[in-house]
Order: sequence, then structure tokens, then C-alpha cells
Amino acid sequence: MPSLSEIIRGSQVWKSVFRHPMPVDRRNRIVVMLTNFFLHLHPVSIKKQGIALSYTWCMGGVTFFLFLVETVTGVLLMFYYRPTLEWAYNDILALRDVTSMGILRELHRWGAHAMVITVWLHMYRVFLTGSYKPPREFNWVVGVILLLLTLLLSFTGYLLPWDQLAIWAITVGSNMARATPVLGYEGPGNQLLTVDGISMITSASDARFGLLGARFVGEETLNRFYVLHCVAIPLAASLLLAIHFWRVRKDGGISGPL
Amino acid sequence: MHGHNPAFYETLSSFLGGYYLSLAAMNGVAACYLWVSGRGRRLFGVPTYLLWLFSALAFTIVSPLAASGDPALIPGLSQGFRNVLDAIFNPVVYSVGSLVLVFGMFFARRFFVNPTVAWIVLNSAFVFMGLSMTDPDFFEIVKKPDNVPIVGMVYLLGFFTWVGASQAVKNDDRRRQGLGPLEAEDQEKVLVWPDLVYTEMICMIGLMALLIVWAILLQAPLEEPASSVKTPNPSKAPWYFLGLQEMLVYFDPWMAGVVLPSMVVFGLMAVPFIDFNKAGNGYYTIDERKFAYMTFQFGFLVLWVTLIVMGTFLRGPNWNFFGLYETWDPHKVAALNNVDLSEIVWIEMLGMERPRPAPDDGLLVGWSKILLRESPGIILVVLYLAVLPPALVLYSKFFRGMFVRMGFLRYMLLTNLLLFMMMLPIKMVCRWTFNLKYIIAIPEYLTNF
Ligand code: HEM
Repeated sequence: MPSLSEIIRGSQVWKSVFRHPMPVDRRNRIVVMLTNFFLHLHPVSIKKQGIALSYTWCMGGVTFFLFLVETVTGVLLMFYYRPTLEWAYNDILALRDVTSMGILRELHRWGAHAMVITVWLHMYRVFLTGSYKPPREFNWVVGVILLLLTLLLSFTGYLLPWDQLAIWAITVGSNMARATPVLGYEGPGNQLLTVDGISMITSASDARFGLLGARFVGEETLNRFYVLHCVAIPLAASLLLAIHFWRVRKDGGISGPL
Repeated sequence: MHGHNPAFYETLSSFLGGYYLSLAAMNGVAACYLWVSGRGRRLFGVPTYLLWLFSALAFTIVSPLAASGDPALIPGLSQGFRNVLDAIFNPVVYSVGSLVLVFGMFFARRFFVNPTVAWIVLNSAFVFMGLSMTDPDFFEIVKKPDNVPIVGMVYLLGFFTWVGASQAVKNDDRRRQGLGPLEAEDQEKVLVWPDLVYTEMICMIGLMALLIVWAILLQAPLEEPASSVKTPNPSKAPWYFLGLQEMLVYFDPWMAGVVLPSMVVFGLMAVPFIDFNKAGNGYYTIDERKFAYMTFQFGFLVLWVTLIVMGTFLRGPNWNFFGLYETWDPHKVAALNNVDLSEIVWIEMLGMERPRPAPDDGLLVGWSKILLRESPGIILVVLYLAVLPPALVLYSKFFRGMFVRMGFLRYMLLTNLLLFMMMLPIKMVCRWTFNLKYIIAIPEYLTNF
């Protein structure tokens, strides 16, 4: 009698997905890396140093894992949450008090804090091992943009609960945009953009207005930050992550002594 | 003050009991590990695993005391001690202190990377935290849900700075003996399945478990519904931007919120292109790249992280500075009589009126008067950004060496980035020593610097 697992692994369905036997011998351990979509991010073999925890601290990997956690919990939260003045706060309140899966919000928030911290630690490690040096200069630059996107993701998400903490943190944070040189209406040099004596830069047309969609943090801002938080920035980050990982491979894998 | 509030001691105890128990477990595990692996050392003749075993016992005894809820039994800091700490703590002591700490750790790195020393430092930091928790004001701020991760971050940064430094010191020692870095020993290739894939899976499961426990134990904050008329005091930006908010004390928003952050991002991106040092690529080292190492430590740990910590834990209502154990009193007044450089030069030093543009002055006359008024500051800034870098080439051997190897453009880029970074500490020191407000103040065109 074949065992159940043998039956499953012998079935046409299983074989259509996994085109090789179990990766228990050298040949199939190589084949699995080459044929599996998710695993093909990795090389087939790697220097011992590249997987030493003491070398990479695994911080890039942890950051990516947290990004995935944020994506999954974020999508689930989107099923509950409506970004309007009427509902935003109440939906979050319900997540805390009523909804049985309300812990999703905790997972999402602490995951976000953790991601900011791990991205800094990852950068710290890359700096300490000098891994930005040739040929990895460009990947460091991609990394810096990813760092910026991580912070922006966190910043735009901060507004969504629509409580006192949220709107005032965003108000304080975005007030600075008012002072953007030339483009902020309280910024130096905004008189430069004056046409026929009429200033082009007003509180209803400056950089801060562009960010908030209004003169103050209000419903337009909520909508704008929601779209940025749930669609625009995650898409941009995913693209850059793909480039980042691809470049890790193309630059010769994890850095090491030359 | 809310001194003997039973509700406070109840929450405190429910936390501290587990806290000391975890410390006991931590020391117990360390003791077992050292004993079994035989890697223990000796401190004054006593094997270290015995020391950690005793610490574990001590923490085990403290734990039920801390959990008792009785203020007399919970170990804490005396009010007198807390008052002294608060009295000597201010932005100057804090900032200079963190600077001294980072540089001290750098110079004494061989001492700090010793595992026994590091373990004692770690334990002391945890004990200090536990003792401080008994202060209601300290507890109040630290237990805010959004602040908990920042406490964690401080410990993590300490830990990883230690990890990096100990690997670096090992490699530097090896180099002195003519050996390659430790990393070079690990160049043998292994298959990704199973070696890496399994590690990743274990990491993921462990992390997910950690995150779930964290999510159960700590509820996400939700305050009152948003109100655009009720401004909280203090109003704080999200924690990772508090360094920028702290800069607002010293700079106008266009610098603190726009120019300097952009320079940070730009400067980070420029790092690989201005660091011409080929050594230290792909392994930990300090000796082979001291300048890069210290610059990064200074920018990251001193200017970025400690400012965040200050903004989170030490800045209260009206952005006033409060000691660790001080009540956040919204009525605290801080003397604010800062003066512009032009005032110092024209009025105090030259004893004359400052040139002032009249309303009917034309654009040209008006601007010349402004420029004349601000000329001291403008000259200083030009000297700083344009004259100082070439002067360094002439008078400093170190910078001349850089200039020769980097070429004019890269050298100017590097020095200007460094000078921009130094603007913050310079402005801080000027504020502390002679209440300087602006070096250049052109309020007519919203350009204060
Ligand atoms: C969302 C943020 C990021 C994610 C998910 C991420 C992920 C990763 C991963 C998984 C690796 C493989 C090695 C490792 O785990 O250390 C890596 C390598 C690297 N990362 Fe990132 N990273 C991020 C942000 C950054 C940042 C902020 C920087 C630098 C400013 C950076 C620069 C690099 C460089 C230069 C490498 C190659 C390192 C080497 O070969 O040793 N990354 N990243």
C-alpha cells in the first residue's frame, strides 16, 4: 500500500505544480531552487558568509518579511476601514471593541514600527560592512529610496485612525512643507513666483496644499493619504524591492572580502 | 504629584513582576550556555557563569517583591536621587553626554566588546530601566504604546553596535597578525536548500510569533476623535521624525523641515561615491576606515537617534525640556531671549543702530541695506562653506590627503556635506553659549538662517 503522501505526490495535480521529486538529494535541491518561482530569488548555492547571522543580521530579510506582513494585514484591514470623516474613526474603534479580528490593527501598527527600526538596522549593517562600495553603489542608492518610502508609508498610515494623535502628528509633520523654499507660502523666495504682482504661491497653491489637498488636514487629506498609503507607495516600494533584490544577485551576491 | 496612587502601583506591579522574571531567565540561560559550552571567562577569579547564576537568583527574588504592588517592597530610586538627576539634566548635558558616550565607546572599544563587560552593561541598563519605572512620570511616558518600540530600538541599537564592533575588533586583531578577516574563512559554498531556506523559515515563524505576542500584550493607541480646534500640548510628529522637530528649536522650518532632511537623503545617496577608501569592503573593520565609521556613528547615533529619543522622552508641553522623572507641567516657563548675530555685531559690539530699509526704498536700496545689516552672518557662512574647505587642504594634512585622492569636485561635495551636518551641532553650541537665534535674519523675505 502506498502511503497517503506518496499518493498525493504521485498525483498528476501535484506533479503539475512541483516538477521534481522531494529535494532530499543534491540534484533535486538544485532543481527546486531553479524551478520554484518564489525560491528563484535566491541563488542555488551561496557562500557560507552570506547566510551567517553574525554578518547580515538577517535585517534585510526581516525588513522584507515585515513588508509582507504589512501587505497582508493591510489588505485585510482595508476590508473594514472606510477613509471618510464619518467612518474612519468609528471603524478603528470597532476594530478595537467589536470586531473579532481587531488584532489585525495591532499587528499592522507594530509591524510598521518594527519595519522602520529594522530598515535602519539593515542600513547600519550595510554601512558597517562597507557593502555599499563598488560594485554595490547603485543598490545602496536604491536602498536609500526604499528607506524614504518606508518612512512615507508609515507617515501616511499614521493619519488613517483619524484620532487626535493622528491629525496633529500629520499637522506638525506637514507644516514644514509650508516653508519649502520657493514653493511654500511661508518659505524663503516664494516672491520669486510672482506674475504681474500676483503671487502664485498662496496657502491654497503651495507645496503643503499639494500634500494635504487642502489648507488644513481634512477629508481631502484623509483621502489623499489613504490612496498614497494603500496603493501608490506600496506599488513604488514593490518595484524598487524587485530591483533591490535583483541587484543583490547581479552585483555578485552578498558582499564579502575581495 | 500622584505619589501613592494604588492604581498606578497595580499596573506597575503587573508589569515589573514579569520584567524581573525575564531578566532572571535571561541570566539563567546565559549561565547555562557558558557552563555547557565551556566558553565562560573569569572575573576577579570567579567564573562568569556563577556570576550570571547569582544574578538570575537575585532577579528571581526581586520579581515577587516587584509584583507585590506594595510601594515599600518594589525596588526603586529614591526621590532625592531622582531630583538630582533631573536637576543636572538639560539639553546641553544630554547632547554632550551622548556625544561623549559614542566617542568613549569608540576609543575604549576593546574594553566594551569584551562579552563580560557587555553583559554587565546590558544588565545595568535593564536594571536602571526597571528602577526608573517606579517613577510615575517616567512610567507614564515610557508605557505610551507608540513609545514602547522606541525603548526597544535603543536596546537593539546598543546590541547591534556591539555586534558590529566586536566583529570589527576581531578582524582588526587578525589583520595585525597578518591574517585575513574572519569572513574570508567562510567562502566555502553551501546549497541554499536547505541551509538558507530553512533558516529563513525558522526566522519567519519566530518573528510572526513575536509579533503576535506583542500585538496581544500591547494595544494600539486610539485617542479621542480628531478635532481641529483642540490642539494637544505637546503636538508631536510621528516618532521617526522627532529629530527634525527637535531641529526646529535651532532652525526655521525651511531648514529643519526641508533643506536639512533633503541634505540627509542626498548625503546618504552620495556615500558610495565619496568614500574612496577601498578597504573594508565586505567585512567588519574599524581600523581600516576610522573616518567613515566615526562620521556615520556621529550622524546616525548622535544626530539622528539621540534627537529622536530626546524628542520622545524629554520634550514636554511647549516643547520644553523635562528631566526623566519630571512631571510634564504645561506652565513651566523657559527664558527665551535669543538674539540675532546682526544685533550682537551692530548693537553690542559696534554700538550703533542696524541699517534698516525704509518702506519707500527701492528694491535695490532696500536689498543693499539688508545685505549690509546681515553682512556679518553672510561673511561667516561664505567663509564656512566656500573658504573653509580649501583652507583645510592647505592647513590639514588629513584633508590634503583626501583632496589629492578625491579630486576637486568630490572633495568639495564631501566637505560641504560634512559642513552641513555640522551646522546643527554648531548652532546648538551657539545657542547654549550666547543665545544666538539667527546667523542671517532676513525676515523681510522669510529667510532666517
Ligand atoms: C524596504 C527596505 C529594504 C529591504 C526589504 C531590503 C532588503 C534587502 C535584502 C533582503 C538584502 C540581502 C542581504 C541582507 O539581508 O542584508 C539586501 C541587501 C542590501 N541592501 Fe537592502 N533592503 C532595504 C533597504 C535598504 C536600505 C535603506 C539600504 C541602504 C541605504 C539598503 C542597501 C542594501 C545593500 C547595499 C545591499 C547589498 C548588501 C551586501 O551585498 O552585503 N537596503 N537588502
